[in-house]
Amino acid sequence: MIEEKFDAIVVGAGMAGNAAALTMAEGGMKVLQLERGEYSGSKNVQGAILYADMLEKLVPDFREDAPLERHLVEQRFWMMDDRAHTGLHYRSEDFNEEKPNRYTIIRAQFDKWFSQKVREAGATVLCETTVTDLARDSHGKVIGVRTDRRDGEIHADIVVLAEGVNGMLGTRAGLRERPQPEKVALAVKEMHFLPREIIEARFNLKGDEGVVIEAVGTISRGMTGMGFIYANKECISLGIGCLVADFQRTGETPYGLLDRFKRHPSVAPLIEGSEVKEYSAHLIPEGGFKAIPELYGKGWVVIGDAAQLNNTIHREGSNLAMTSGRIAAEAILQIKSRNQPMTPQNLALYKKMLDESFVIKDLRKYKDMPALMHTRSQNFFLTYPQLVSKAMQNFLRVDGTPKIEKEKLTLRSFTKARSRRGLFGDAFRLVRAWR
Amino acid sequence: MSIELSMRVEDKLFNNRYLVDTGRPHIKVRPHPKPSPQLLSMLKVCPARCYELNEQGQVEATVDGCIECGTCRVICEESGDIEWSYPRGGYGVLFKFG
Repeated sequence: MIEEKFDAIVVGAGMAGNAAALTMAEGGMKVLQLERGEYSGSKNVQGAILYADMLEKLVPDFREDAPLERHLVEQRFWMMDDRAHTGLHYRSEDFNEEKPNRYTIIRAQFDKWFSQKVREAGATVLCETTVTDLARDSHGKVIGVRTDRRDGEIHADIVVLAEGVNGMLGTRAGLRERPQPEKVALAVKEMHFLPREIIEARFNLKGDEGVVIEAVGTISRGMTGMGFIYANKECISLGIGCLVADFQRTGETPYGLLDRFKRHPSVAPLIEGSEVKEYSAHLIPEGGFKAIPELYGKGWVVIGDAAQLNNTIHREGSNLAMTSGRIAAEAILQIKSRNQPMTPQNLALYKKMLDESFVIKDLRKYKDMPALMHTRSQNFFLTYPQLVSKAMQNFLRVDGTPKIEKEKLTLRSFTKARSRRGLFGDAFRLVRAWR
Repeated sequence: MSIELSMRVEDKLFNNRYLVDTGRPHIKVRPHPKPSPQLLSMLKVCPARCYELNEQGQVEATVDGCIECGTCRVICEESGDIEWSYPRGGYGVLFKFG
């Protein structure tokens, strides 16, 4: 099919793949990018929040034409029981700045735009092409890929695996392990459409201001998970995700959780009367630092979700994907500029550069969090939200009970549910994992 | 699981765009006399309800509504219960929003 040889093949056209392909093409490399969807973005699912800083490093003037939804001026965190939520809100006028820091986006539309930038930089983008296998030479070095097109073997000096969390190539070739149920979350999401005036009124917004709501509590039925509500211009992204292992253990259904979340009295008024236009699902890498696989080898590197680069605690994934893609590309460009081969010794530069970036520094900081959240999911996602709700209601309801008795009651409900030792232990473990 | 709930999943999928690769399902369930716990869990975990029990008590997959999340691969591939691959290029679900 394609006789010519490329400098690099990028598998996948998500955030990581586009960042890598763009950087290498701008650096003068002959790049082929392969995408199984009809267009870049047609297979991609995300919440989605875009972090400006990481994109600015790739496309400095992206605000001029990127399809952005709303810039975020407010973040809400909800701790929910079945009838209430206790909220922490942060809203600042500082976020109404000339170059806002975070935006909501719609991935399919954003990725199309990103892909156009990749093409403009000179990369060849071939869609509707599923890569089925890595091609290797007799020494096991990756020398290209095989696709589902006829005679579909294509060669390159380096293959960049940006195939996402459920990537088949790297796992089939034995370069990394298959995602495990304890290390990936399944999230389901719906897109709820409403007129923009209604969205702005319901979320207290003007113009292109946006709000993010993230919610934990009884909505995940004691599983490690989180709900989210993001305001876009004319729609609301609403979803919930929990660890796959927890779904397996509890027999809860993802759509059942989503429907209960939608019916919650704190959520229902926000989406009332909306028209749902899409239902999607996606896996999210949750294993953190300890789940990061080998990042490079003979003739290949892996980036983004495929490398489990996702910061669960801060809900950051796409910026780690973009940054790892850019850094891998910069390392490859350096090696190429020295006319050196794509050997593991040389590609170690990618890991070195990534280790020095916020990507690995942040993931290392939270290396113990995934295990803590998983083993104590009942406490953190069920018991505490219920206790907090009870305490808040006790505090606010005026019924003639003396305040000193109310306080005692609240304290007793905590020690009864978790015991003093348990409370102290959870707090201690949380602080230690956070550090 | 109530009938009402199953109806609703189908309604959800109805909003999505698909290009079905007729006769070439990308997920195949290995023939089995009795389903493994992993396969049985898919009856509930699959967000598109692609997995169902047939009259013989075996698990069957109908992948036309699959949203390609990969959850069944994570749960069932290692035990050999299913064969998982991505649809051919261009086929499968096509997200407008994603």
